[in-house]
Amino acid sequence: MSAPALSLRAKSGSARIKEVVFRLAMLLCLGLSGLVLVTLIIDVLIDALPVLGSRLLTNFPSSNSEVAGLQPAIFGTLWIIGVCAVFIVPVGVATAIYLEEYADNSKWWNRLIEVNIQNLAAVPSIVYGILGLAFLVRGPLSLGRVVLAGGLTLGLLVLPVVIISGREAIRAVPPSIKEGSMALGATKWQTVWKQVLPASIPGIATGVILALSRAIGETAPLIVVGAATFITFNPSGVVGDGAGFSALPIQIFSWISQPQDEFRQLAAAGIVMLLGVLCVMNGLAIYLRNKYENKW
Amino acid sequence: MASATPAAPATPATPRTPVLGVARRRRGEDAIRVLLFLAALLSILTTLGILFSLLRETIAFFGEVGLWDFVSGTEWSPLFADPQFGVLPLVTGTLLVTGLALIVAVPLGLGAAIYLAEYAKPRTRRVVKPFIELLAGVPTIVFGYFALTFFTPVILNGLLGMDVPTFNALSAGLIMGFMVLPTVASVSEDAMSAVPSSLREGAFGLGANKLQVSLRVVFPAALSGIVAAIVLGVSRAIGETMIVLVAAGQQPNLTADPRESVETITTFIAATAKGDIATGSIAYKTIFAVGMTLFLMTLVMNAISIRFVRRFRQVYE
Repeated sequence: MSAPALSLRAKSGSARIKEVVFRLAMLLCLGLSGLVLVTLIIDVLIDALPVLGSRLLTNFPSSNSEVAGLQPAIFGTLWIIGVCAVFIVPVGVATAIYLEEYADNSKWWNRLIEVNIQNLAAVPSIVYGILGLAFLVRGPLSLGRVVLAGGLTLGLLVLPVVIISGREAIRAVPPSIKEGSMALGATKWQTVWKQVLPASIPGIATGVILALSRAIGETAPLIVVGAATFITFNPSGVVGDGAGFSALPIQIFSWISQPQDEFRQLAAAGIVMLLGVLCVMNGLAIYLRNKYENKW
Repeated sequence: MASATPAAPATPATPRTPVLGVARRRRGEDAIRVLLFLAALLSILTTLGILFSLLRETIAFFGEVGLWDFVSGTEWSPLFADPQFGVLPLVTGTLLVTGLALIVAVPLGLGAAIYLAEYAKPRTRRVVKPFIELLAGVPTIVFGYFALTFFTPVILNGLLGMDVPTFNALSAGLIMGFMVLPTVASVSEDAMSAVPSSLREGAFGLGANKLQVSLRVVFPAALSGIVAAIVLGVSRAIGETMIVLVAAGQQPNLTADPRESVETITTFIAATAKGDIATGSIAYKTIFAVGMTLFLMTLVMNAISIRFVRRFRQVYE
């Protein structure tokens, strides 16, 4: 008995050192990620500080860095996100309801839809830009480089996010609620509309906010769809002549591309605004998630 | 609801009603079912639209450029007077940046995942996990700005004393690693958390310590999920545009030297589409041919990833 016990103890000495080293290595992994995030934020803030001011909100882009602002970019982003929201909420929720409540999973087409949505979630964003360019801007719809084309392109891009989180929210509604409703004589749709949907709204809203916050930061598809980097008016509609648009990340990209330091500062200021908006939206999403979690 | 509820109990009382449960067919209900199905169908249409738009112009492209020249050519200058259409420099550029991103994302992501799944107390987990997710929420243009204006001049050239040009693959790739990290970390953490605790308890019972349980029991048991996480990370890195566009320059360059400037598939698409190009021109078609290459690369990666995840689920759930 004593021999194995001894060897066990001998082992545990070096094992403990390994354990400590391993723990430190893992904390280093986390620490390094945190360090990058914090450095990034501090760096952007320092760069942006000299130019942060209200003129960013009121002025238009200019080749003179002293007066350049990003009002059309802000309005452009608002318009695009508006179109995007109007598109993804009904379509995303309807798809989620279909897949959770109506689809018969033994049918091949329903399984195809599911696998397809998983795949779409991992298609690179720039490929959606190509889709938008080929179908919306030119080709069949020929909308031109307008707000509607940009908003729909981003909508298609983030639709899987809404569908996937919507499904989770709907799945979390206990069957007893649905069975109760059906037992009282409600039809399937009455059950979905009056019981399932109201109960899953917090989850769905969280998904929509996260989807929109992803859409706000997307740059590549908008470049391909043809967002303007230098624009002297705010969009006045979703299609037609007054619907050309810029967007916050596009304006940031345009300023980064300028070699002068003054424009880099403007880019940093744009990033501060972008990150600010994203923080508010993500905070809202987390608040909703925590407030309504585990209600059942 | 109010009007429907009283009607229902009355039904069984009438003797002539058909068997219970065979409800009257309702037009409205059917219409709603069709509408919902159409919404779901849109996702299939999206995929078909992507395939169709890519294929149409890609076929037109290969009417003008030989497939072999495209696949094996080593020079890429489609917009020059004497255009060359060898896609290899774009592919190697993409792979180089992806490789650099993995050097950061895989060890850091797995370290974070093991910590969160095996070591962290629930309270720590609740604080650390959103923090990593925060990294995933940063728009990639912001990472690009950071790579260009901070990481290259301050860290690479300043702190490490390297002498790299303003635009280089190294900075773009390493910073992209931090963008990919949350994907690797969260998917592999899910895989490790799904390993049944009976396996851990069995190993502890045989005298293994925490380190051995984590690395020799949980890690191998979750391996297919971890592979899926890495493959998913690769696919995100291949498809990323803005970091490379901003920080790696746009130089088609057949090189394995990370200090040089490179052009990736995605940056070519973005840089070319930015200019106003005519529909039907060779530049326009090139975007789609290159986009098709990108789409196929990520499709293969995603298919592999989904396979691995499924295999993993069959074992434990």
